[in-house]
Amino acid sequence: MGFALTRSPPMQSLTHLSRLEAESIHILREVVAEAERPVMLYSIGKDSAVMLHLAKKAFFPAPPPFPLLHVDTTWKFRDMYALRDRAAREAGMELLVYKNPEAEARGINPFDHGGLHTDLWKTEGLKQALDKYGFDAAFGGARRDEEKSRAKERVFSFRSASHRWDPKAQRPELWRLYNAKKAKGESIRVFPLSNWTELDIWQYIRAEGIEIVPLYFAAPRPTVVRDGLTIMVDDERFPLNGETPVTRSVRFRTLGCYPLTGAVESEAATLDDVIQEMLLTTTSERQGRAIDHDQAASMEKKKQEGYF
Amino acid sequence: MTSSYRPDDLIATDIAEYLAQHQSKSLLRFITCGSVDDGKSTLIGRLLYDSKMIFEDQLAALEADSKKVGTQGQEIDFALLVDGLAAEREQGITIDVAYRFFATEKRKFIVADTPGHEQYTRNMVTGASTADLAVILIDARKGVLTQTRRHSYLAHLIGIRHIVLAVNKMDLVGYDQSVFDGIVADYREFATSIGIDDFTAIPISGFKGDNITALSANTPWFTGPALIEHLETVPVGVAGDTRPFRLPVQWVNRPNLDFRGFAGTIASGSVKPGDQVRILPSGRTSTVSRIVTFDGDLAQAGPDQSVTLTLADEVDCSRGDVIVAAAEPPEVADQFSATIVWMDQTPLLPGRSYWLKLGTQTVSVSIREPEHAIDVNTLAKLSAKTLNLNDIGVAEIATDRGIVFEPYEVNRDLGGFILIDKLTNATVAAGMIRRALRRAQNVHWQAVEITRDLHAAQKGQQPRLLWFTGLSGSGKSTIANLVEKKLHAMGKHSFLLDGDNVRHGLNRDLGFSDADRVENIRRVGELAKLMTDAGLIVLTAFISPFRAEREMVRSMIPDGEFFEIFIDTPLEEAERRDVKGLYKKARAGEIANFTGISSPYEAPETPEIRIDTSRITPEQAAELIIEHILGVWSPVL
Repeated sequence: MGFALTRSPPMQSLTHLSRLEAESIHILREVVAEAERPVMLYSIGKDSAVMLHLAKKAFFPAPPPFPLLHVDTTWKFRDMYALRDRAAREAGMELLVYKNPEAEARGINPFDHGGLHTDLWKTEGLKQALDKYGFDAAFGGARRDEEKSRAKERVFSFRSASHRWDPKAQRPELWRLYNAKKAKGESIRVFPLSNWTELDIWQYIRAEGIEIVPLYFAAPRPTVVRDGLTIMVDDERFPLNGETPVTRSVRFRTLGCYPLTGAVESEAATLDDVIQEMLLTTTSERQGRAIDHDQAASMEKKKQEGYF
Repeated sequence: MTSSYRPDDLIATDIAEYLAQHQSKSLLRFITCGSVDDGKSTLIGRLLYDSKMIFEDQLAALEADSKKVGTQGQEIDFALLVDGLAAEREQGITIDVAYRFFATEKRKFIVADTPGHEQYTRNMVTGASTADLAVILIDARKGVLTQTRRHSYLAHLIGIRHIVLAVNKMDLVGYDQSVFDGIVADYREFATSIGIDDFTAIPISGFKGDNITALSANTPWFTGPALIEHLETVPVGVAGDTRPFRLPVQWVNRPNLDFRGFAGTIASGSVKPGDQVRILPSGRTSTVSRIVTFDGDLAQAGPDQSVTLTLADEVDCSRGDVIVAAAEPPEVADQFSATIVWMDQTPLLPGRSYWLKLGTQTVSVSIREPEHAIDVNTLAKLSAKTLNLNDIGVAEIATDRGIVFEPYEVNRDLGGFILIDKLTNATVAAGMIRRALRRAQNVHWQAVEITRDLHAAQKGQQPRLLWFTGLSGSGKSTIANLVEKKLHAMGKHSFLLDGDNVRHGLNRDLGFSDADRVENIRRVGELAKLMTDAGLIVLTAFISPFRAEREMVRSMIPDGEFFEIFIDTPLEEAERRDVKGLYKKARAGEIANFTGISSPYEAPETPEIRIDTSRITPEQAAELIIEHILGVWSPVL
């Protein structure tokens, strides 16, 4: 064949963000190519926002070829619900909202039921939702830098038919090769953001202009202090035991159920302010979540039981 | 807390400028190699600590943990920072590959941390597969050890270009230059012998922090660089990649009839609109029209970028194909020599069918008995019949169709592969293609004009493979014989392959080890396949104890033509009959690997036909089988 040996000139090295972005897109595409029924777990936080943005990029000009699934606890911040519905619409994706009917019927709430709240709404709710729709692969926004047990979890993390994780039976992952084969009934949790750090997430949100829930930015909000956590009184369901909410300038470093999510006092009202504060802060991200303080190695235990 | 690498002043005074600097950082992925006592976790813990990746709450937990289970007395035990899972914290060892993150002013780092005990080979190869650089840790008091050689060999095997020799615990040898120089000289001699041309040696103390972030006053004789400085400046990535363009197609993007894009991650080279490309393995050519991304079309794209290409022509191209520079295509072959690292508890079974995944291609393969294994401690070549967990060997592999490849040393994405067990779906091995075998290029499928359908039509029958399986003495041969007699009487063209008879001839060279049993069945399967191609009804009577091999044969035969017939006789009954007196010998220990006694039998889960010999006679069984076969017999012509 008479092709001339002309090559395009060599490219510059990619920056760390471009490398991370390309790796995540590769993972998203690999799952769509190999799984029968993938879904993206969408928790409305900043990591979910980045993961959704990457999905839009991976499949452009098509919309991401899977639905978004929100395992709802009914106790998220109102601002989160607003962004959730808008983000799904703008991405052209189907949004599935699942609420554990048992938790709903029993009126499970974070005030009266403690750990049961997370267990029933989130852990059980997620399993029920995956079973109901028959999803065999679920994208999650977890990062390895969040917590020690996650540092060892694979990008493709297998769950038995009963959704259990066995940390000793993980498949080795080499190069860019992911083994997505599984038996009927088994499923995979896939973490495209595994190699991102909290700073990478913020930097990417800034560089790409990704919309995030306003709760990440400081604003005057009605709050009470309980057990050392500053809690926002987001709706009238919050039982005020003689307390009077105090308006404080606060923001949130992570978002979950509002009665369980601690706010930090802050004046950081812009993205740059938030990143600056994040870099100069001296406590880790998950400290604002009540869930991790239960016991040593609590996260590892929760994951073996099926928590995302 | 003191930070050595982070410009807190800049963050505080000009966050926008800091972020602008941070955004243009590059990424270095590296692996640390060392055994339990080399201070590896301590070094990583220090890197995280110094880069402020550790927060006050974590530090408080660390201090508490250090007092409880630490090994450093009242001092902070950095190792506890990186030893993640509860189970292994209690044992005091790390069990797997963990990834850590930190950044300095110049670069972001991902560290693969792998443990130093017996699972080492598997874990280190996994961690090294994505690393740009390896830090080989040596205890200054111990010098170059067997494990140092092993780590270096593995790093070199996996193709890591940059090696750092970190001579740790210099504080414990009084920062003695002669100790350091002696170790470096020893290491250089060894490194040269295995093909490592260049490495950077640094005397450090992970515990005390010497020569980690800055040159230490304790080693005035060392002129640098300090470890971090080196990690920040070593060239990374594939800048200046002059290799030809390769794009393994991951997914075809077809949102509507007007758009067809080929999505994938560029494995090597670069591409721009107008470039002439070839699609392999078909060999068709076309021209790149656009490089489509969410952020607009690109004028050019290079290695590691995830892109979507559109082509000027309507050419067939799907997942598994590779789009390449038209003038410089890679080879397509179906037989290779490869280096294989075994990663599973169940050893390699030569001849068994596995999945091979290379890039976006997944094919069925079988692996021959290894040419040799490599002792990772002495690097001696050993003869081997199989590969066990953590073994490394060189073997020939045959794929069921041609795949697009390049030798691993030329292209990791087109030369690195994993092997997947077809039943458990476990990733059982990683491999690196060395080269295609010449015979693969010269032996082509001969297209025949008298097809299997014509052969069968002439005989007025449909080919069948009746695969009898069961314990020795279960009655396989007896029943198969009766079935064949009946078929013969009905004017059908058949042939019975009997286990014992085949072992006298075709498979005379095979014994009864697991590996030989697999090869036995593979050969019989291939032979039976040729016979069904000739239009025959083939009956086989082999114990065929392993489910995987029976499934392999099933996959070789067209749908609907394979009948697994399970002659279900309980072990006690077969042993009671003991027609050939073999059970007695096996019980006496005179026969090794005897199925049912000292070797497993995996009963079929869903056979086409199951014969319970405790309830019906062989004659009844034969009639039942004929009835079943005829019952689903589709009339020919």
